[in-house]
Amino acid sequence: MPETILVLVEQQQSKLNRVSLETIAAAQSIAKDTGWQVEIAVIGSGIAAIAEELASKGATKIYAIESPQLTAYTSDAFVYVLKEFLSSKQPKLVLMPHTYQVRDFAPRLALALGKTIIPDAIGYKYENGKLLFTRQMFQGKFVADVSLSDDGPLWMATFQNAAFRGDLAEAGTAPVETIHVTVPDGAIRVQPHEIFKEVKQAVDLSQSEVIVAVGRGIKEQKNLAMAEELATLLGGDIAASRPICDLGWLPLDRQIGSSGQTIAPKLYIALGISGAIQHIVGMKGSRTIVAINKDAEAPIFEIADIGVAANLFDVVPPLIEEIKKAKAGA
Amino acid sequence: MKILVCMKQVPQKDAPLKLNEAGTWIREDVSYEVNEPDAYALEEALRQKEKHGGEVVVVTAGPARAQQVLREALAKGADRAIHLVDDSFATIDPVSTARAIAAAIESESFDVVLTGLQSDDFGFAQTGVLLAELLGWPHGTIIIGIEKTETGLRLKRELEAGHYQWMDIPLPCVLTIQSGINKLRYATLIGIKQARNKPVKQMTLADVADKLGTNLQTIERLYIPVKQKKTEMLQGSSAEIAKKLVDKLRNEARVI
Repeated sequence: MPETILVLVEQQQSKLNRVSLETIAAAQSIAKDTGWQVEIAVIGSGIAAIAEELASKGATKIYAIESPQLTAYTSDAFVYVLKEFLSSKQPKLVLMPHTYQVRDFAPRLALALGKTIIPDAIGYKYENGKLLFTRQMFQGKFVADVSLSDDGPLWMATFQNAAFRGDLAEAGTAPVETIHVTVPDGAIRVQPHEIFKEVKQAVDLSQSEVIVAVGRGIKEQKNLAMAEELATLLGGDIAASRPICDLGWLPLDRQIGSSGQTIAPKLYIALGISGAIQHIVGMKGSRTIVAINKDAEAPIFEIADIGVAANLFDVVPPLIEEIKKAKAGA
Repeated sequence: MKILVCMKQVPQKDAPLKLNEAGTWIREDVSYEVNEPDAYALEEALRQKEKHGGEVVVVTAGPARAQQVLREALAKGADRAIHLVDDSFATIDPVSTARAIAAAIESESFDVVLTGLQSDDFGFAQTGVLLAELLGWPHGTIIIGIEKTETGLRLKRELEAGHYQWMDIPLPCVLTIQSGINKLRYATLIGIKQARNKPVKQMTLADVADKLGTNLQTIERLYIPVKQKKTEMLQGSSAEIAKKLVDKLRNEARVI
């Protein structure tokens, strides 16, 4: 029997989180390199349809782990159920998408199994029979190849959003095994309530063709006027990285990134944004990315098409004047 | 409420980082600051204490330089501090860090442990959750609101894509705090003065070594990321750059 890679997919309200397909694609890729096999597990209640959908992915087995006690997510129930499941199956490697939910339970699950988890990997390497996971460090300024110290089983890792292409996950047919589980009384110590949205989002930035986004480099709230003028001139909208919204300089609905909006405009101009991972995931699909930042080493330049390593206060005012001239001439 | 806040010292956000010669870690001769989400965790602890009474204790595991983070926390209003001092704490894996902190607070009884949701250096986002497992307590992550109730706490959790959720949790518990949960305060002059007389308990690696175990994961090498895209860097004076950029916005991005 070959070793097994178990993919734990994520579902919410009986809908598969599409990022799960990326994790399946990652597992299939590792399986090709190592000769291991892929199995997939989904956990929750009312998940039969998801299990059927997964059965058409290239895997040898699908597990549907069902319990009414798993209807609303709690880390307590997930850790209890998955600890039992993984202890009995002993897969060589467990892969999950790096979602907020996985961040909430996976480290605890790993430790409960006496193991560790490599989080937020952007890729892997298989070198001389050794599996390494690549992950960003220091806010994306460096990357590290990380190894696990033991020989397995129960190696665990999570993959960052968009690290692999979900549409490239291979198809196949796999049998589904439904496992009914019970969580003992008292094991669930927290009581989650309904999931809600704060207010209707005032602006839907996903519809904007041009976004001018500001980060810490904008220094003061009054300097936002300059960015706003640039955005208006280009017929676009202003947005920001998280710290600017945390400071209250712009409302939360202007935030781009993992906790804010995801956008893919024709043009994205990043002013004084260093390019932390949490921001990048929200905008890296933009067609043209222009980055202006005084730090030439800033990670934003890794994904920019056009870069200006200069003080934004020196560059943006003449830029505004040039655009005005160009528009007047056109 | 007796609250413990776990804090970490990380390289300053705009500090230029260089690799060490072995290519396994950064060169340590940079400026450091408090990990930002940890500053929000401290602020939340101070606010909870102001509302409900109790004590705020701060802990860090790091080299001698990390004491600065504790001094700043004491100046802002924390009551006392615990410093797990050793250079090796800067690079151990998150399970070991959580074990070290658990060992350091063994003789105490906290109601709540707060951490920032992740660190700006490793970005593991694990220490708080692991600490909860070691202590056997329930936990909540990415918290942006805390209200005291009769039976424990009511938490506001941030979920993805603008979604939120309230969750009730009993005490004691561990919470990881999201940046922006509150407005940070500055230390006052009188606070800085008072901090000098507040206790900082030093503990060494030897004090907790038997609780640590071995590192379960290892950084084999650290390097500058391979570029995913070919970036065209514009050079020249500001006026020249502005002209070149407008040309590109017109002819390549086609937005003018």
